[in-house]
Amino acid sequence: MAYDLIGKDFTPPDVVAKVTGKAKYSEDFRVEGMAFCRIYSSPMPHANVKNIDASEALAMPGVLGILTADDLPPMPAPNRPILTNEPRYAGEPIYVIAAESEELCMDAMEKVRVDLEPLDFTVDPLQSLYPGGPNATNGGNVAGRGPEGAYVKETKWSARDFAAAGEGELPMGPAETEWAYGDLEAGFADSDYVLDDTFITQGLSHHCMEPRTALAYWQNGKCFVHASSQSQAFPVPFLAQYIGIEPQNLVFIAEYCGGGFGSKGTAYPEQALPAHMSKKINRPVMMRVTRVEEYNIGSARPGFQGRIKMGFRKDGRVMAVDLYIVQENGPDVGMNDYISAADALALVYTPENMRFRGIPVATNTPPRVPQRGPGQNQIACVVEPLLDKAAAELGVDRLDIRTINTPNNGTLYGPNKGKVTSAYLKESYEMGAEKFDWARKKSRSGQRDGTKVRGIGLGSAYHSAGYYGFDGLVMITPEGKLQIHTGVGNLGTYSHSSTSRVAAEVLKYDWDNCVIVRGDSRKHLPWNLAQFGSNTSYTMTRTNYVAAMDAVNKLKEIAATDLGGSPDDYDIGDHTVFATADPSKSMTYAQAAQRAIELGGKFSGQEAPEDLNPMTAGAVAGLAGQGLIGVAKDTLESDGTPPAFAAAFMEIELDLETGKYEILDYVGIADCGTVLHPAGLDHQIKGGAVDGIGLGGYERHVYDPQNGLPAATGFNASRVPTYLDVPSTMTTGAVGIADPMNPVGARGIGEPVQGCAAAALLSAISDAMGGHYFNRVPVMPDMIVNAVSGREQSHGPLQVNTF
Amino acid sequence: MATKDMMRPFQLFQPESLDGALALADKHGGDGWIMSGGNDSLSWFKDRVKSPVAVIDLGGVTDLVGIRETANGIEIGAQTTLTEIAESDVIQSKFSVLSDAARHVATPQIRNVSSIGGNLCQDTRCWYYRDGLDCYRAGGTKCYADTPEGMNREHCLFNADRCVAVTPSDTAPAIVALDGQMTIAGPNGTRTVPAEEFFIGPAIDIERMTVLEPGEILTTITIPNTFSGATFYFEKVADRNSWDFALVNVAAAIIEDGSTISDARVVCGGVECVPKRLTVVEEVVKGSSRDEETAALAGQSAVRGATPLNYNHFKIPLMENLVKRAIRDA
Repeated sequence: MAYDLIGKDFTPPDVVAKVTGKAKYSEDFRVEGMAFCRIYSSPMPHANVKNIDASEALAMPGVLGILTADDLPPMPAPNRPILTNEPRYAGEPIYVIAAESEELCMDAMEKVRVDLEPLDFTVDPLQSLYPGGPNATNGGNVAGRGPEGAYVKETKWSARDFAAAGEGELPMGPAETEWAYGDLEAGFADSDYVLDDTFITQGLSHHCMEPRTALAYWQNGKCFVHASSQSQAFPVPFLAQYIGIEPQNLVFIAEYCGGGFGSKGTAYPEQALPAHMSKKINRPVMMRVTRVEEYNIGSARPGFQGRIKMGFRKDGRVMAVDLYIVQENGPDVGMNDYISAADALALVYTPENMRFRGIPVATNTPPRVPQRGPGQNQIACVVEPLLDKAAAELGVDRLDIRTINTPNNGTLYGPNKGKVTSAYLKESYEMGAEKFDWARKKSRSGQRDGTKVRGIGLGSAYHSAGYYGFDGLVMITPEGKLQIHTGVGNLGTYSHSSTSRVAAEVLKYDWDNCVIVRGDSRKHLPWNLAQFGSNTSYTMTRTNYVAAMDAVNKLKEIAATDLGGSPDDYDIGDHTVFATADPSKSMTYAQAAQRAIELGGKFSGQEAPEDLNPMTAGAVAGLAGQGLIGVAKDTLESDGTPPAFAAAFMEIELDLETGKYEILDYVGIADCGTVLHPAGLDHQIKGGAVDGIGLGGYERHVYDPQNGLPAATGFNASRVPTYLDVPSTMTTGAVGIADPMNPVGARGIGEPVQGCAAAALLSAISDAMGGHYFNRVPVMPDMIVNAVSGREQSHGPLQVNTF
Repeated sequence: MATKDMMRPFQLFQPESLDGALALADKHGGDGWIMSGGNDSLSWFKDRVKSPVAVIDLGGVTDLVGIRETANGIEIGAQTTLTEIAESDVIQSKFSVLSDAARHVATPQIRNVSSIGGNLCQDTRCWYYRDGLDCYRAGGTKCYADTPEGMNREHCLFNADRCVAVTPSDTAPAIVALDGQMTIAGPNGTRTVPAEEFFIGPAIDIERMTVLEPGEILTTITIPNTFSGATFYFEKVADRNSWDFALVNVAAAIIEDGSTISDARVVCGGVECVPKRLTVVEEVVKGSSRDEETAALAGQSAVRGATPLNYNHFKIPLMENLVKRAIRDA
């Protein structure tokens, strides 16, 4: 379908502020009378707070107050505690102290005496599952989210469970979650090649450039919070709960966000700290979060200790998969990455028969929250190199073993036989193979140039890519402008703008006459889903579509009322509504908006549909009488999971003497339906690739088993890849086939573009090494050097949180 | 954990002459801290692990900036930035192993403000020590890294003595390979020590990385013409290609007489508390031709006697390979 705006590049309205430094992030705001607070975080991985004596600190001039867990209401799981008397990881906030300056906060903190009773701790889930092993929390060692809600309990496997596993193999005791479909044994019996591998995926930090600084103050019973957030509308009820107020009493300002990667998708407990402190000392409070604190409280991706048995038919078809995952969950109930991983495996490789078992285990390491491709990207790193292994064993082309297993539009996947709205992973591979010149490049596999050897890799990843049921809101002003109100947030992909352009497209608006209204809950924003889960392109094109369609209908109704005939007799174009049979019978959008105000009722927001979320209803009421309101809840059909797929190809040159490699070529292809914003997608694929190179080959998350202290906090120690570690040019593309369940055919893409790059890198490294599979991610130069020189790896086969 | 990322207040002194700096250092004694580019110092201050009362910033001591060619070699002021070293025509033409090493330090931004003196005098990066734990080097009575479970991937292979930390410098191996001479000014005048003796291990003093006494300032690095225009090799292997410390680095200066190596100095960083001069390797290669066999022997002899820790034994093949490359690929 031909569009005027969709699929065309544009300059996002906030880009100039970002590149000139004019954009104000939460740390940049100042309020009259503002005080500061700072966090005291636990120096121990697990302890009981016996006593906090702040009397000397509070007597210091300029020190304004202290807030401890005793001052705050308990936050039942799955909420995390805001402050705690049982710190469960080194860096968990125990108290905050407020003063006239940050320096004074720090000086005061050194006068506070905290009496800690050290407790047993662990940084290894398997150690905790071992009989008599330490529990990470006083409540137990197995914590997760089940069908009945969050749970924490104690589970120990038997010594027999551990003994039953071979050397270096994952023991598989009783699982917490389990599902299966088909006949697993028959599937393996029908297989020509069966592999059975233990694997590790290291949980990693989110590395947000902007720490989660927050500023809060209270005025007239409302709490104002300037926050670092991926999302605008969605966090409001959750943050209100953390603060202890009704959502309508929270003013939430989050116009810019310096990176979240899933860790700022919705409200997080520390976001409420300045609000509580502000209430206590009756002053505005700024809480600047430092880099080290960001690495502690900023959470991490859950890690996996897993085992996978895969059976392949001789043509490469996956006949059976038996997957077991022990998920490292940090100290809380974490997220269900391990379940999402199994779900992704079932869809991406469509095994004929499959069983999944898993257990989430608590450790004394930072909390685990979603991170780009939560579960899906970990499992891509595990399975994709194993496909290469099977392809080599079976003598099948590595591209073919992937495309023979890809889902299609008719796929029914997993134990529930779930549908997809559409699926073009195979086409993504085919497009990538052509751009990469797979047929030629694969012959370079293993090609030597002295100590250097070529490696050719490929891989894919998946994430679900859209939801439905949220609200859209637009307003045509008497000046003829289109205001597109969006509560979606600004996580950095400019999808707030690219999805808003759908409203302009529907109303045939010149983009220059459109204004995106966002970033502050006072601006009358609708209830929208958070910017997480690769959903925005699908979810928000739907809401903006239904809101704009409502506006179109109202334009026609107003024209029919004033100019005669029925609404169906009218069409729109050129910022006017006109009679189709006689275009001279027309009124401009500006005139119609003025008439909407005069007519009142639903036309200008005095009335609103009853199925709107209260937040949207409040926004409509706030706009009432100012223009022609288009507002609706998305009740469009949505049958099946809208998927996001990405496929990647990579060529590297690995130096066998140093373990270092150069990435010579990278091709990333997206299956995200209609492309809304080509430049935005191009940047997503490339940025995702950089992130994926970090996931696959660089980043570190190290906790010393002796004292539970982190060794890799900060951008240097955590080894995020630098400019010189990634290819300077990359090729991107998109299949571009419209999805039938979206009014403009769009689906999301943000997450799999990371996982496919990590998978392709791991595939390329193993290829360069002639088929050495590490079964661990990330793969570091030291691991490559050890493998090439025939040495054992330093870490144990199942060890986690190590270098 | 509670006190990161916020410096304590200190008095800042910005002398414009070496004498001024020395006088300030003498006056403040143990409360003073001599700072060059500040990249090492400020991270200590921010973490509140080190909190001097008086910081003496050498940035304004312009006498210590510059590269001078002399009849016997070159003299480099200790406050010369790494960028100037990397881009210096005379260093590139006569002692390119040093410009090459300087070019591999950290990032362009850091090289722009970091001095060669600071790079040579910087403290070790052992994460336990930098974290402020009470280890031997910090005046305590234990080592956290040298234990069965210690996270010691980046620690030493040679000459551990209670402490297993390594030299992090990229320029230090190059300076030792070039037989640099270090001129030190102090309250009692000036002294010069060979670079090889400038760096000290834990057996000599576990709380210092160099022979600098309190109140002393490294003023000049003199490179003799011994290896001017020789065959050089520098390579650094780090996890990242920018903004990273070496896992292992190697600097070599080789003089060939026809097809025979007549003289060589080979030095590795990242494997010992000091830049490790590999005299055995030098003996092995002298008198031999620069070929695959000699290179292999050099690599093998480089790592003889290495005693790896639990997480760093990869440094043995890595060091062996780098020394091999230094001979083979120079």
